[in-house]
Amino acid sequence: MDQGRASERLLTQRKGQKRQSERKGKIIVYTAATITIVATLAVTFFLTQRGLQSFFVSGINPLEFFTSANWNPSGADPSYGALAFIFGSLAVTLLSAIIVAPLGIGTAIFMTEIAPRWGKRILQPVIEILVGIPSVVYGYIGLTVLVPWIRDTFGGSGYSLVAGVVVVSVMILPTVTTLSADSLKSLPDGLRDSSYALGATRWQTIRRVLLPAAIPGLLTAVILGMARAIGEALAIQMVIGNTRIIPDSLLDPAATMTTIITLNMGHTTFGSAENNVLWTLGLLLMVMSYILVLTVRYLASRRKV
Amino acid sequence: MKKKALFAFSGLMLTFALVACNGDEESNETVDEAASGGNDSETDSEASAATSGTVTLAGSSAMQPLIGAAAEIYMGEVNTEADIQVQAGGSGAGLSQVSQGQVDIGNSDLFAEEEDNIPHEDLVDHRVAVVGMGAVANPGVGVDDLTQDELIDVWTGEVTNWSEVGGEDVDITLVNRPDSSGTRATFVDYALEGAEPAEGITEDSSNTVRQIVADTEGAIGYLAFSHIDDSVAALSIDGVEPNAENVQAGEFPIWAYQHSYTNGEPDGLVKEFLDYLLSEEIQSTLIPEQGYISVTEMQVERDAEGNETPVE
Repeated sequence: MDQGRASERLLTQRKGQKRQSERKGKIIVYTAATITIVATLAVTFFLTQRGLQSFFVSGINPLEFFTSANWNPSGADPSYGALAFIFGSLAVTLLSAIIVAPLGIGTAIFMTEIAPRWGKRILQPVIEILVGIPSVVYGYIGLTVLVPWIRDTFGGSGYSLVAGVVVVSVMILPTVTTLSADSLKSLPDGLRDSSYALGATRWQTIRRVLLPAAIPGLLTAVILGMARAIGEALAIQMVIGNTRIIPDSLLDPAATMTTIITLNMGHTTFGSAENNVLWTLGLLLMVMSYILVLTVRYLASRRKV
Repeated sequence: MKKKALFAFSGLMLTFALVACNGDEESNETVDEAASGGNDSETDSEASAATSGTVTLAGSSAMQPLIGAAAEIYMGEVNTEADIQVQAGGSGAGLSQVSQGQVDIGNSDLFAEEEDNIPHEDLVDHRVAVVGMGAVANPGVGVDDLTQDELIDVWTGEVTNWSEVGGEDVDITLVNRPDSSGTRATFVDYALEGAEPAEGITEDSSNTVRQIVADTEGAIGYLAFSHIDDSVAALSIDGVEPNAENVQAGEFPIWAYQHSYTNGEPDGLVKEFLDYLLSEEIQSTLIPEQGYISVTEMQVERDAEGNETPVE
């Protein structure tokens, strides 16, 4: 009798405990999710509110902001044309994507298809280390090696759009390579085997079968690289020269939205038009990265294999 | 899975704890201050009595090395009970934060009157030092003296080669500061007589500017005296060398006050620290050592509109 009761109690206790731990887990997970969502929404809301103040409170003409390249917020007759910085950000992002896409995807093919064992053992760890190097280090190397080299080879000051593009390309190359390799690795082996069985060579298999199948994943890799490029500030600021005009050539200095924010944020006072317009640049950067993320989601949903 | 969630959760909690700590610190600080203010009125007559508490300063990065060094000596030798925290962040941030009450003292290169959006009626100006600035060029340009008109021509892009102002045949590269920077405002007002500089490379940090000027052929920039060294050539203007004596005598025009602003008249530890900054000890030893100019030895005075008057 006693024994039976004890085991019964044990059973119910266990059940209760289980229910309790179930609830604990639920609370933890729900709290984490809520905090993440609230934080994201709060940042979005705050940035939108601050970013729009330059138009609604400081009375800056949005048309001027987007279409004029005349930036002089602290002059006697201030003007707030940000076109030169929008152009700079887009130029750096697109040019580095054009450089990095073939390099990154090529390396990924080498790692996964040509020399998978060697690639896995040596190339992958090296690339992962590259991802972890802080951007200020890339900037410093650019400042001490790349800029003097450009100055000696092509003339000018060396601080240039092309220096910014090269530094950012080196920074995003590991991201694009790693993600491309993941996407190629996730293709089912059946694809390769069937292609070879049909008598295709390795190159034919890669070009006609694997690459088309992996396209959504490869595009995702490049776009995530671009998202990193558009948000990069520190390394670019050290090498690009930060001028307020649209560059005539790759060898001219330029500026991006991020570098203008970091250069001026500390000097301006909260609530001034000069400060508000920097928030607007920040808002624009957020909108651009939202667009990139949405593109990634769309491409991921199209992934067939 | 469970472990992972727990790990993430504890990470979150840690973040929160840290945030909460920061908040606590801030509220403690105000309590301490109020307490120290009270203590101070009782022990005012005894100069040696240590007032404990925390003073936070933020603002001008040009002032940070000086104030930081002074705070270290103050905490080490004068008042071991005090905790003085010196942050940089820029003049604009310093003015904003002191007028919003986030810090006790806001450091600025500029007069608060020169900034819109700062309720400068409430702010009390304490001028703790003077910083002189000079135009510096790459040593290879072959020029060490310019007239002010030549300097303006160089900076506005009227002149694009050093040979036109008596130097070598090298193109001029301008190294500017961001348009919101206090250093730039001072240089534009007093060296260029308000003329807007032409476009060039723009960098914020004095060390970067010095490195670019030293490395780039034909480069010219401007630096505070404390950042000028042998790697660059400091240019005389109208034959007047950029040095502390000439600034004090009112002969070299490019200089600015280093302002420490408080929100209302200071009391307690804040007042004691400001008095210490103006004391003979700091003004005659630390300030020249750090490359600044003592405010007590200036023979000219300047107001927010830039009008200069002789002292006494």
